[in-house]
Amino acid sequence: MNEDMDIKDKAAWDAADRVADYEHGWSSDIETDFAPKGLTEDTVRFISAKKNEPEWMLEWRLKAFASWKTMTPPDWAKLNVQPIDYQDAYYYAEPKAKPKLGSLDEVDPEILRIYEKLGIPIAEQEVLAGVEGARRVAVDAVFDSVSVATTFRAELERAGVIFRSISEAIKEYPELVKKWLGKIVPMHDNYFATLNCAVFSDGTFVYIPEGVRCPMELSTYFRINAENTGQFERTLIIADKDSYVSYLEGCTAPMRDENQLHAAVVELVALDDAEIKYSTVQNWYPGDAEGKGGIYNFVTKRALCQGKNSKVSWTQVETGSAVTWKYPSCVLNGENSVGEFYSVAVTNNYQQADTGTKMIHNGKGSRSTIVSKGISAGHSNNTYRGLVRVAPNAEGVRNFTQCDSLLLGSLSGAHTVPYIEVRNPSAQIEHEATTSKISDDQMFYAMARGLNAEEAVTLIVNGFAKEVLQQLPMEFAVEAQKLLGISLEGSVG
Amino acid sequence: MLQITNLHANVGDKPILKGLTLSLNAGEIHAIMGPNGAGKSTLGYVLSGRPGYEVTEGEITFNGQDLLGLEPHERAAAGLFLGFQYPVEIPGVSNVQFLREALNAQRKNRGEAPLSGAEFLKVAREQAGALGMDMDMLKRPVNVGFSGGEKKRNEMVQMGIINPAIAILDETDSGLDIDALRIVGDGINRIMRKPDKAVLLITHYQRLLDYVKPDFVHVLDGGRITRSGGPELALELERDGYKELAA
Ligand SMILES: Nc1ncnc2c1ncn2[C@@H]1O[C@H](COP(=O)(O)OP(=O)(O)OP(=O)(O)O)[C@@H](O)[C@H]1O
Ligand SMILES: [Mg+2]
Repeated sequence: MNEDMDIKDKAAWDAADRVADYEHGWSSDIETDFAPKGLTEDTVRFISAKKNEPEWMLEWRLKAFASWKTMTPPDWAKLNVQPIDYQDAYYYAEPKAKPKLGSLDEVDPEILRIYEKLGIPIAEQEVLAGVEGARRVAVDAVFDSVSVATTFRAELERAGVIFRSISEAIKEYPELVKKWLGKIVPMHDNYFATLNCAVFSDGTFVYIPEGVRCPMELSTYFRINAENTGQFERTLIIADKDSYVSYLEGCTAPMRDENQLHAAVVELVALDDAEIKYSTVQNWYPGDAEGKGGIYNFVTKRALCQGKNSKVSWTQVETGSAVTWKYPSCVLNGENSVGEFYSVAVTNNYQQADTGTKMIHNGKGSRSTIVSKGISAGHSNNTYRGLVRVAPNAEGVRNFTQCDSLLLGSLSGAHTVPYIEVRNPSAQIEHEATTSKISDDQMFYAMARGLNAEEAVTLIVNGFAKEVLQQLPMEFAVEAQKLLGISLEGSVG
Repeated sequence: MLQITNLHANVGDKPILKGLTLSLNAGEIHAIMGPNGAGKSTLGYVLSGRPGYEVTEGEITFNGQDLLGLEPHERAAAGLFLGFQYPVEIPGVSNVQFLREALNAQRKNRGEAPLSGAEFLKVAREQAGALGMDMDMLKRPVNVGFSGGEKKRNEMVQMGIINPAIAILDETDSGLDIDALRIVGDGINRIMRKPDKAVLLITHYQRLLDYVKPDFVHVLDGGRITRSGGPELALELERDGYKELAA
């Protein structure tokens, strides 16, 4: 008994020591231009003006802001969140040496250095100088509120692919943006989505024209650097008929004692025979071992599988954030459309995650697959929440859901909350769920072969999450495997 | 090489080993036999440092080093290998990945450079081949869905890849068919019968000892060594059983 307590104490101390080295936990001295603190109509106007937005965009934002003021935050998730003081934050932070978009030479070298430190290849020449045949990834790097570089633009343009910061797209492709912005996630969808509509700062816009297979992977790296700053990015990806794109999203933030808010909206639309593969590795600062600080991650991600045979596949590895509230979903309108959700969510110390998906089957013969792997350690709580809905006239729908939870230690919680609403009797819905612990036998077996306790846990956890990890593009998979290990440090004892 | 002196050990609160003394020199193969529940597996676990197996008295030195002060992975890096009586399944982790990480962790611990993927695969292929295991099996998750005999054979492939200085093989022969027994016996000789190595072979039957000739045979009963002798002791036991011996 006593020894048990000692071990736990030790684990807590070890964890405290280690949190000091959250890998991306440094902040950088970039001179930053802030919007005045607080959130009023003026803040919204300030952001819109900063971005030289057209009038329609400002009106849209103001409408959202007016609604937001009348809304209340959702309280149905299994999360314990301190009330957020929306007036005590900055809603816009821009690196002062303002980079000209699209030209890497003019990006503040300090910012480039930060991205280098993060291991993100935004310098095209470096990528180009790489090994022959190595996969190239075009990157949009968002630093606080501003997109600082979009690489490989010319090459993508030759293929007809539009890869822009959303701010640019609003000005350059207003018709495309107007057609889809807020159509997948409506302005009034939820508290955080509405807030995002009002104050979104930047983000990524992608359009893949009919019949085009995007010649490289597209990716965005988000980093919150400035203190007391919320990040509200907005992503819109449109895959026209018979097109394909694979998109990667990665995130980091420095360590701060205060909680920082991140409320993103991601909208995807796939037309006939189009496919979008969307992968996320979310590694925002999770807070320290006592639960102090960390990112509040309230994200709305939704895909519209509008066309026949369209397909959207969400893969997420969620290891960061103090609180994660996130349900990447698919609205399967198209006949024989396909939605997939592959998720690994790790919580340690006092992290809380309430995450899952919604598969809304409106189209005949639409199919969905959900594979969720939750790993809880320390005092954390990890909830899978998922909805599978089949509309009355959607014949021949199929869903398979697999929800596995792995518990480390005895103080963490794993919860599974599946909602199934079937209004068509032809639907085939399968749901499997398991909860397990890493066994002493497994730990000892791995250690007897030479792995230390943390390496053993990392190996076993990676095995547990394998079905999901193997969905990730190669570069991401390696990074994700390492992350699982890092985020579970201090959890063995 | 391995010196166990007056070893007392508890599992939970229960004393299992009660004053066990045993000494293995380099180049020797020792067999340990004994009735069910005598403490043979416990000895293997204590030697490799399994948590929950508490040494209350006595000492163990390995090449002059105090083994009890080391964590299980450090003992592995020091050259100690335990072949499990019941090998453990690790879903989602391939044998190849498991062994490569384990081997490189050991090498790192010893200050040696890691093996590259290609170097590792070469060794793995050789060892699997020598033990008649095909590569497909090496790519499968560790022990998942392996038959009893396959698991045991896999332990020997692991031993071949890791190439330890001392191996404690806990009933590696049980569950093996007649051909597999010979292959595994040959494997133990090939990998471990070297002037600088030693083996502690835990077994219930003479048949493995037909292939792997022990230099010494010991009887472990009631948590201590009750009798030691040469290879003929195993034959005697097979004929008369432990009761006769105790009488
Ligand atoms: N966790 C435990 N709690 C209590 N007793 C235990 C525990 N583990 C093992 N034992 C007991 O320790 C004794 C020795 O077990 P051990 O596995 O070492 O025997 P063994 O000699 O290997 O037997 P076998 O030939 O059947 O493999 C047994 O009586 C067993 O029940
Ligand atoms: Mg035994």
